[in-house]
Amino acid sequence: MTSASSNTSKNSPKAAIAGGELRPAVIVGGNRTPFVRSHGKYATASNKDLLTATLDGLVARFGLQGEQIGEVAAGAVIKHSKDFNLTREAVLGTALDPRTPAHEVQIACATGMEAIGGLANKIRLGQLDSAIGGGVDSISDAPLVFSDAARAVLMELNRAKSTKAKLTALSKFRPGHLAPQAPGTGEPRTGMSMGDHQARTTLKWEITREAQDQLALDSHKNLAAAYDRGFFDDLITPFRGVSRDNNLRPDSTLEKLGSLKPAFGKDLGEKATMTAGNSTPLTDGASVVLLGSEEWASERGLPVLAEFVDFETGAVDFVDGDEGLLMAPAYALPRLLERQGMSLQDFDYYEIHEAFAGTVLSTLKAWEDEEFCRTRLGLDAPLGSIDRAKLNVNGSSLAAGHPFAATGGRIVASLAKMLHEKGTGSLGLISVCAAGGQGIVAILRGR
Amino acid sequence: MSTDTYTALVNQPLGKKIAAALGLPQPVELRRHTPGQPLLDGLALVLGSGPAAQQVADQLLDWGVDVRRHAGAKDRFAAVVACFDAVQTPADLSDTALEVGQVMRQLGSSARVITVSADPSDATDPAARSARKGVEGLTRSLAHEMRRGGTANGLVLAGGTEMSAPGAVGALRFLLSARSAFVSGQFLTVGTSEGALPQDWDRPLAGKVAVVTGAARGIGEAIARTLHRDGATVVGVDVPAAGEQLAAVVNSIHGTSLQLDITAPDAGARILEHCRTRHGRMDLVVHNAGITRDKMLANMDAARWDSVIAVNIESQLAMNQAFLADQARDVVGDHLRIVSLASTSGIAGNRGQTNYAASKAGVIGMASASAELLAERGGTINAVAPGFIETEMTGKMPFLTREVARRMNSLSQGGRPVDVAEAISFLGSDAAGGTNGTVLRVCGQGIMGA
Repeated sequence: MTSASSNTSKNSPKAAIAGGELRPAVIVGGNRTPFVRSHGKYATASNKDLLTATLDGLVARFGLQGEQIGEVAAGAVIKHSKDFNLTREAVLGTALDPRTPAHEVQIACATGMEAIGGLANKIRLGQLDSAIGGGVDSISDAPLVFSDAARAVLMELNRAKSTKAKLTALSKFRPGHLAPQAPGTGEPRTGMSMGDHQARTTLKWEITREAQDQLALDSHKNLAAAYDRGFFDDLITPFRGVSRDNNLRPDSTLEKLGSLKPAFGKDLGEKATMTAGNSTPLTDGASVVLLGSEEWASERGLPVLAEFVDFETGAVDFVDGDEGLLMAPAYALPRLLERQGMSLQDFDYYEIHEAFAGTVLSTLKAWEDEEFCRTRLGLDAPLGSIDRAKLNVNGSSLAAGHPFAATGGRIVASLAKMLHEKGTGSLGLISVCAAGGQGIVAILRGR
Repeated sequence: MSTDTYTALVNQPLGKKIAAALGLPQPVELRRHTPGQPLLDGLALVLGSGPAAQQVADQLLDWGVDVRRHAGAKDRFAAVVACFDAVQTPADLSDTALEVGQVMRQLGSSARVITVSADPSDATDPAARSARKGVEGLTRSLAHEMRRGGTANGLVLAGGTEMSAPGAVGALRFLLSARSAFVSGQFLTVGTSEGALPQDWDRPLAGKVAVVTGAARGIGEAIARTLHRDGATVVGVDVPAAGEQLAAVVNSIHGTSLQLDITAPDAGARILEHCRTRHGRMDLVVHNAGITRDKMLANMDAARWDSVIAVNIESQLAMNQAFLADQARDVVGDHLRIVSLASTSGIAGNRGQTNYAASKAGVIGMASASAELLAERGGTINAVAPGFIETEMTGKMPFLTREVARRMNSLSQGGRPVDVAEAISFLGSDAAGGTNGTVLRVCGQGIMGA
């Protein structure tokens, strides 16, 4: 394969962006690291290490050594300022052609979805023939930050020119300034953790503890079964000696989950239902998805698992309004369905990211709720319920873990494979909530 | 790879003197293959009165080798090819054998002696068969007498195959070349005139697609790298848990990785599907993946026994069945070549390895029994049995055990993973098309099972 052939080939029909026809963006496959609970086996791995290894696993799987990919887009939610060009730096460390352009994307937990969706659009428009989208996160590699007061002193010191000015700046330094601020996942505008936000939503939608624990249990069972039948053989490449998601508890039971004390919404007292068992832990990991035009894939003998049909981003007012922090996908979905002329029941598989069991169940309940759908979504009738046997059938974030930016790539690659196995024309729906009151929903069609 | 400190030591001036004075083994650094190197570093002497000698001489000249038919007193030889194809009775061995003896002191380092003879089992006449068998004894003993990294091997022409047949020419080249560095005291039987010679001897696998199981590390990694060096596109297969190393190997040789457990019932089908969609063909399969679960039989449990049998032989039988099925015809070429890793443990047996030896002897049985099936479609299947090879695995042996094990052969050193890989690359090439159903030892003429 020559590297020069990767950009739009000369013989192809006119690109949509130049007035030609839109073309499908297809998903060739994916790769991810096993997800690992933070401060564990990947404690010394940086975001760049994780992303580089994940890209190299994809390169090996699809024989892309020396290939100039149209564009690589990936992001990290928690990252160092020194990683300003994280994705490009990662690409330069892989076996890909160093002339492969790369950029970063960030929309919290929906980063991977945005990266993949944006690239899919460029392929459909004819701007790219091939692309890799994904994300990485490592809480173990999170930057420690000085307090604003300490930073003010240090910046003043940095600006000071004379010795006297430097001493003046230094004299303002206090021992307390040495204490770094650990990274948190709290919402900057409310000061509340994501879990405490969701706890309110969970309560509002009257989601029971039992229902949440059952969803968590199903996630573990489904993920374990998927591993056992080799489902992840061509979706995961081990990293640092780990070959399975280590949050997975195949032998978990409702009793064990039921014995855990509430971890979020403790101010709710007896009404607190969210535990460490039905919430995702902080996790390290990376994922990438290989996309292309049909021609690009077939020229290289690469498989085509599914088509990336469409995606929609939503946001809610969780600060001043009365909507829950993680409810944005509920709002984005009707717009996506209407645009594609589909109904909620048209899908063979539903992949609803399990930030918390309560998030999934609140979202599903909202879509079933006549009043919510009428007053909040402006619909004549509720979107309705889904066949729960089609939900997260190979496990989701409660079992696998959730390295923020890596969840989108995990879901897209797994769902694409499931749809390919299901058959041509099968449909899959993805819903991923994100910090900042945002979220992305997407549709994939099997090939 | 473990380091062989002793070999390094006796190749220093002082160490050499001490070893010689004490009568200790004196291993030398073997000449190994690098692309572009000459076939031989020096003259070749071709002996014998039958038709093979002239054919060999012509072939060597064609390869640009400086050939002599008689030795000059001052000549230094890199190789001697002694052709015994015309012997009718043991008394006929004498002339050529003694001529070889005359030049033994004129051989260079890593020299080659190759005997060429007809297959004894093709002869019904007692005198003829005993003469041909005699060549085997002569060759094996000569291999023991070789010094300074030299080897002696036999090329056996079976079923009336001419020395000019592609398979015979290919075998001659392999045995002469540095690719056979750790092969000594062995016989390569060429039984048919099948096969073809490559355009470029440095890239005998050009255009071929090769599947290597267990490619993430050790001998498997060396096989993958060697097949790539020889021109093949490599599909590296290993268990999902070895995926990280597998990706690194595959990315460095422009191949593709396939993570799967070869004991899965659909392993063969998945390999075929990968080759079908990604590469459009499959020309060569190297069954390298294997495990050891050593225990004395008295202490053996079912888990140890069964896993070794499942991984080392049952999986290969099942995969071969898939590869040879009619439905695989669109991917698997007519000249499918299969090379399977056996072991000298499978030939000689080894204490604590009843399970492993059963599986590896099984591999040898599989190769011989499948030969006809492969031959029907112009393909071949052979086994390679490594002796002591310097790997991560043998590096973990206790020091003394390892030190003894690596000296127990005619070259007084352990082989390298690449030595096994070279034999596999050769048997996987069209130049070995005349060799089928055999087992080739890469053991430096190890004492075990010799």
